[in-house]
Amino acid sequence: MYVAVKGGETAIDNAHRLMAEERRGDPAVPELGLDQIMEQLGLAVDRVMTEGSIHDRELAALAIKQAQGDLVEAIFLLRAYRTTLPRFGGSEPIDTAAMAIRRRISAAFKDLPGGQVLGPTYDYTHRLLDFALAAGAEPEAAVRAGHPLAERMPRVADVLGQEGLIERNPPGNDEPPGDLTRQPLSLPAGRDLRLQNLARGDEGFLLALAYSSQRGYGNTHPFAGEIRLGAVAVEFVPEELGFPIEIGEITVTECQMVNQFKGSKEVPAQFTRGYGLSFGQSERKAMAMALVDRSLRAGELGEEAANPSQDEEFVLAHSDNVEASGFVQHLKLPHYVDFQSELELIRRLRAATPDRETAE
Amino acid sequence: MSENPAPDTPTGEAPTEDRRRWMGVLAKAAPEEIAAVWSGLSPVPAYDLLRRPETGLVMVRGRIGGDGAPFNLGEMTVTRCSIRLAGSLAGDLVGHAWVAGRRHDHAERAAVLDALMQDPARRPAVEPAIARMASRQAAHRAEDARKAAATRVDFFTMVRGEN
Repeated sequence: MYVAVKGGETAIDNAHRLMAEERRGDPAVPELGLDQIMEQLGLAVDRVMTEGSIHDRELAALAIKQAQGDLVEAIFLLRAYRTTLPRFGGSEPIDTAAMAIRRRISAAFKDLPGGQVLGPTYDYTHRLLDFALAAGAEPEAAVRAGHPLAERMPRVADVLGQEGLIERNPPGNDEPPGDLTRQPLSLPAGRDLRLQNLARGDEGFLLALAYSSQRGYGNTHPFAGEIRLGAVAVEFVPEELGFPIEIGEITVTECQMVNQFKGSKEVPAQFTRGYGLSFGQSERKAMAMALVDRSLRAGELGEEAANPSQDEEFVLAHSDNVEASGFVQHLKLPHYVDFQSELELIRRLRAATPDRETAE
Repeated sequence: MSENPAPDTPTGEAPTEDRRRWMGVLAKAAPEEIAAVWSGLSPVPAYDLLRRPETGLVMVRGRIGGDGAPFNLGEMTVTRCSIRLAGSLAGDLVGHAWVAGRRHDHAERAAVLDALMQDPARRPAVEPAIARMASRQAAHRAEDARKAAATRVDFFTMVRGEN
């Protein structure tokens, strides 16, 4: 017999009111403004924009506030909001070679043209808690050099590429790339779809996979060929104009991992590349993405693919934290009927079999 | 460039390049800067909305490896608006705006300013303000580039051993 039950509306309403009160915290403490989140929790905003897959700092700040700082929940909120907006089209591909550089380093080439520019970074800090910050100390002003950086800095791949020692990426035709938000993923996926999946993918998941590939579950011997952070123009061609116009400027982080490749029958020994790109300043994400991108190319490059980070289906099907969180957390929802049926099954099996202890 | 420009596209490369530049400046300006220019317009020109301000998404594309075939990185919010300016000697002028973000007032005013810039009679009234916005944007960029330049590493070689 199946009996449908309803109920819980009042309990749910009251639970949400309780959550809202808890989220606000002690009313004697000033409420957080979105501007404070945007200005002072900028790296959280960047992560939410990247994995929420919408570049809009204010929306991401609102999502962070609404989710009480739970970034995966905030990412979910942004993805849900996305479905309420029309799609106007796709931008011209951004030109990261023309980036207004704020940080640019290479772990492979000491003397690359333009130099090693550290920019705003936590690298080389001692990771000691700064109690002066707790006391509200104002920071010293940033130092301005007499001359700005060069307008254009060559990418490391362009430097090595001149000698033919590193693979080049074919620029492709003008066909629009595959879009996971329009068609469900089918395997094997092209590298365009893989990169879109990884760009939206959970930073923790990609970080763990990248780490596993370095520790021996995979065959990567990477160098951080180049990491660059800065602003790029986004251009779009409106139908009514027929020519590209700049619609805004966004900050992105780009990572080029350079991997040794012994060569094959068709290709001489050279360096191959893994690529990472993310909104804002998200260096850990971009690096992990680049390592996993390279790992997923194992098949294409004729390498043995026996590890999780090289398994396209495993990686692409489990990278999305909105899907993952939904499936794991749906277990909280009432499964009373399912459980009841399993309980009855266990009882029937017990009844059908004599008691084990007495039988022996 | 498209092979089939829409009817209101200025003919020739130079006007298009010119318009690309000011539309970019208007898109990148802060809504408050646009509002300041707007409040300086006297009188505010009469115009009709051809397409009222609408917020949507543009899919931002990157390139595989930075230089290869395109892929979809993620979307950004964009607001667009189109207006027709009335009472111009140059005939009806249409202004368009496509600006990052969700500010309807930004897009609507940028579209009006785009139309005014196409009107030889009224362009001088708004051009200096747009030039000022452009130089503020350039100054901001130069400031960031000078801060970044101060973090450039100067390597020096340690002398080791006897030789």
